[in-house]
Amino acid sequence: MHTTTIGTLNVTSVLFFMLFVASTLVITYWAAKRTRTTKDFYAAGRSVTGLQNGLALAGDYMSAASFLGIAGLVSTKGYDGLIYSVGWLVGWPIIMFLISEPLRNLGKYTFADVVAFRLSQRPIRAAAAAGSLAVVIFYLIAQMVGAGTLFKLMFGLPYESALVLVAALMISYVLFGGMIATTWVQIIKAVLLLGGATLLVFLVLNKVGFSYGNLFHQAASKYGDKFLEPGGLVSDPVDAFSLGLALMFGTAGLPHILMRFYTVPDVQAARKSVFYATGFIGYFYILTVTIGFGAAVLIGAESGQLGRDLIMKIDAGGNMAGPLLAEALGGSVFLGFLAAVAFATILAVVAGLTLAGASALSHDLYVGVIRRGQSNEKEEVKVAKIATVGLGITAMLLAMLFKGQNVAFMVGLAFAIAASANFPALIMSLMWKRFSTQGAVWSIYLGMISAVLFIVLSPTVYVDIIHKDTKAAVTKQVAEIDGKVKANAAEIDTLTKQLVPADAVAKLKKKEQAAATKKNADIQSTINAKKAEADALVAQKKDASAKMPVAPIKYRNPGIFSMGIAFLVGIVFSFLFPEKEADEKFAEEKLREYVGIGAE
Amino acid sequence: MSKISKKELLNDAEFKSLVSQKNTISWILTILELVLYFGFIALIAFNKPFLAQKLTEGKATTIGIPIAVGTILGSWVFTGIYIFWANTKYDKMVKDLKDKIGG
Repeated sequence: MHTTTIGTLNVTSVLFFMLFVASTLVITYWAAKRTRTTKDFYAAGRSVTGLQNGLALAGDYMSAASFLGIAGLVSTKGYDGLIYSVGWLVGWPIIMFLISEPLRNLGKYTFADVVAFRLSQRPIRAAAAAGSLAVVIFYLIAQMVGAGTLFKLMFGLPYESALVLVAALMISYVLFGGMIATTWVQIIKAVLLLGGATLLVFLVLNKVGFSYGNLFHQAASKYGDKFLEPGGLVSDPVDAFSLGLALMFGTAGLPHILMRFYTVPDVQAARKSVFYATGFIGYFYILTVTIGFGAAVLIGAESGQLGRDLIMKIDAGGNMAGPLLAEALGGSVFLGFLAAVAFATILAVVAGLTLAGASALSHDLYVGVIRRGQSNEKEEVKVAKIATVGLGITAMLLAMLFKGQNVAFMVGLAFAIAASANFPALIMSLMWKRFSTQGAVWSIYLGMISAVLFIVLSPTVYVDIIHKDTKAAVTKQVAEIDGKVKANAAEIDTLTKQLVPADAVAKLKKKEQAAATKKNADIQSTINAKKAEADALVAQKKDASAKMPVAPIKYRNPGIFSMGIAFLVGIVFSFLFPEKEADEKFAEEKLREYVGIGAE
Repeated sequence: MSKISKKELLNDAEFKSLVSQKNTISWILTILELVLYFGFIALIAFNKPFLAQKLTEGKATTIGIPIAVGTILGSWVFTGIYIFWANTKYDKMVKDLKDKIGG
């Protein structure tokens, strides 16, 4: 019997976690004394080095969902999990080649600064703030619901208490320490996560003689060759491309990632930080995939049970693969350490998101739209702090509201909105001279609305969430009919065996022959009746299946459509409502973008 | 050395060459990245048996595994190529231009 301490309070874990909280709070206190101006609060005084920002970017990006989720996916579905991990990385080169340097040179604190550079400030800032907030809120809810569920699963800590703890800490970091504290929380978390995952992978490789070939060989012998081949997770080509687009360009449109490029002093540091971040994140995903295969092979190896079954028994989504593996290889101390790292991971990500959301509210919405750009430093920092508290509490309450709901789709939605609302407007404002205010505003709003609508009308939300009960009822009914069909077939089978074979009948005496023929005829009529029942059951099943809710849109990933709409609308509206002034300012933008003249 | 104004700089041949070189490098690498990733996705969508082939006969590892890991590593190498170009060529061109207008 395989035993685990997952689900009980782990002393090591609490100690490690308290150590993490204590050190981050000390840093926050230190950062608070250095956070006075807007530049400090939003951009850490632009004093972060390339390596530091690379780690912080990685810290912002590597969520617990990707750590626990990808490892879980690989451990339960094999190769298909690897496909996902690739998708999470490929947005980074795009950020490097097209976004990071112009963003650094043109903007101040948010990506809206860049889009609004030569266009009308107010409408652009309102739209960009809406796009940022939509991404931040959905991402925050997904992370916080995940946090609550995770801590209940890992330590038996009540859902609500976990949320209050997470919210209180993330608000403290951002409120008092602004970007300086948030950056250091990210750096510490990134180092802990990379270090913990490296150690776990070392233990895995140690078990398989430091041979990946051996690891894959064992995986294939336990779960079959299919485990190392692409399977059913990515089936429809349109859906596959759509998902790829959203992952790739969504990464390049995440407000909390884009914001980090303002924390470095210049473009050299900006590009260096993307290079480091891409390396760290790529390394991390290779580790995570190894952890997944290691979990599938090594968990339960001693008791002769299949790792996959043990993992799914604790959590059907596979999220406990990493922690279970840590326990199997390093005992409860290592499990405790890894659990604390997972907690730190979530905290860091939600802190980064809260800061990005607060910046959109204060810098774009309050100063840019309500005060028409007229505000002083002190007022702006104050508003940003109020926004931090407001956003933090809102996210916590929303996460309580969504308790027990399936919110995994919200991460996909956040990426789809980032790819459809933020990215097209940003890239067109940088590359296209004739891009106008109307083009940008409508591109952002329609990109966002179409991403949300497509997902709500897709099977992911329409069938699996909105019509959850109908789906369950129909599935149950169909299963019942299937059971009856099976029983019916078995009865027919038994009856057929009772028939006296024709050659046997021929050998019988006349009197007995008549009796046997009559008996055969009786059985045959019963069989015919049963067969008629079977036909009726097939018809019943067809009727029942027809009641299964069907989503108006069959694709699960909106990327290809919503991004297409955003670009199309941006182009059409720019041609319909051209802006001469914006056209002329493009020259000035170019000088600042490429040479850095006038960059802050 | 005579200093030129911002407006003159815009029409300066060196500035134009800087912009076009930077855009060429950026777009070539972007397209390479798109081909790399969506090539991988296309294999998954249209040619799963290719990825399911064994790397060497009798061993478990499939071709799909090094291809996936290669996509991750390739992406990183591309960012490395860009940063090498930017650090050695681009920064120098920017410095020359800045000198032209007097910082």
